[in-house]
Amino acid sequence: MRHLIDIKDLSVQEIDELIGVAKDIIAHPEKYQEKCKYKKLATLFFEPSTRTRLSFEAAMMELGGNVIGFSEASSSSASKGESVSDTTRMVGCYSDIIAMRHPKEGAPLVASLKSTVPIINAGDGGHSHPTQTLTDLLTIFCEKNRLENLTIGLCGDLKFGRTVHSLITAMSRYKNIKFILISPDELKVPEYVKKEILEKNDIPYIETNDIEEHIGDLDILYMTRVQKERFFNEEDYLRLKDYYILNKEKLEKAKQDLCIMHPLPRVNEIAVEVDDDPRACYFKQARYGKYIRMALILKLLEIK
Amino acid sequence: MNIDSIKDGIVIDHIQAKKGLDIYNALKLGELDCSVAIITNAKSNKMGRKDIIKIDKNIDLDLNILGYIDPNITINIIENDERVDKYHVELPKEITNIIKCKNPRCITSIEQELKHIFILTDKEKRTYRCKYCETLNEE
Ligand SMILES: [Zn+2]
Repeated sequence: MRHLIDIKDLSVQEIDELIGVAKDIIAHPEKYQEKCKYKKLATLFFEPSTRTRLSFEAAMMELGGNVIGFSEASSSSASKGESVSDTTRMVGCYSDIIAMRHPKEGAPLVASLKSTVPIINAGDGGHSHPTQTLTDLLTIFCEKNRLENLTIGLCGDLKFGRTVHSLITAMSRYKNIKFILISPDELKVPEYVKKEILEKNDIPYIETNDIEEHIGDLDILYMTRVQKERFFNEEDYLRLKDYYILNKEKLEKAKQDLCIMHPLPRVNEIAVEVDDDPRACYFKQARYGKYIRMALILKLLEIK
Repeated sequence: MNIDSIKDGIVIDHIQAKKGLDIYNALKLGELDCSVAIITNAKSNKMGRKDIIKIDKNIDLDLNILGYIDPNITINIIENDERVDKYHVELPKEITNIIKCKNPRCITSIEQELKHIFILTDKEKRTYRCKYCETLNEE
């Protein structure tokens, strides 16, 4: 039995296979609509994350399966002091696979150690969110038709943004990848990511404050939200939140086949006027998220 | 027990001065039923001052943790008044309940029953990360 706790749990080959299945689901959805008939997915969300939960639930339903679960800790036994491990073992008696969201980092790993069914980490604090990364990889592959030979711009909160760190980790395994890291000084990519991932794998990168300087080189522009809860004081947050706003004017110098991504929800980092630009892929990205989760559920349930 | 020599046993040498008691506690030597001597502030050519621990029995001790605490420590195994082995302990791949994860968002911060486990992630830099949240252990 396999779990998905961290994106590093999957080999490049396995990710390729998941992308292959997801693409087949997109092309032939009817083939898959009863694959998980009589199977149950439990969504254990110890903190609310509506879009991730809906994505998992929609994925299971499109496979013909059913969904049970809870959407916040107060409606679970965790509020009575039950351990993550005990909750998981109990839910494992009622379901075939579990997607878990938890505010504490490492909770899904703890759950997986004693679980009798596969665990999918649906986000644990600021640590890991592998299905977001899989979503990003499927989006890039479907939009660019490759995961190699890409110049990827990452923009916004590169310090606390776990999506960004996971994407860097995942993309570092492909050939000829370059990163342009665009952020204010306060929100730069942490040293350990540069040393342990980028430099260790000889991945070229440029750090800059200026979004327009390199925008013409980019194949992918990944925008992120500056999250209020990451800041200790309101002042810093207010000063930095509007630092980078992507609008039509800034896109003038960009390539015609640029792919603009965002994990959503956005606040104001991307002006609404950009939504109608054919290069805007962030809503499609949410759709890809459902398809890759379908592929993942099939893989972990070992359904061909 | 003669402090100067032991017939059969283990000598943990080149311990940083004044750290002998910490190591005595980390290895839970207080739970042994044989004699154990801690010598502190002994003269050392190499280190100026050092601590030494002598255990008067060749018991099967898990000494791996010493590699994490101090890589300069040497282990001497004595049999029939002769040193039959001398070595440095390698860095352990995993250490349990010696260091605690300091990340307030880590699952270990709310679940008291969980063991604090750290995994060696970079041998050269002696880097350990929490098994659960991957936070670096900063010494
Ligand atoms: Zn931890």
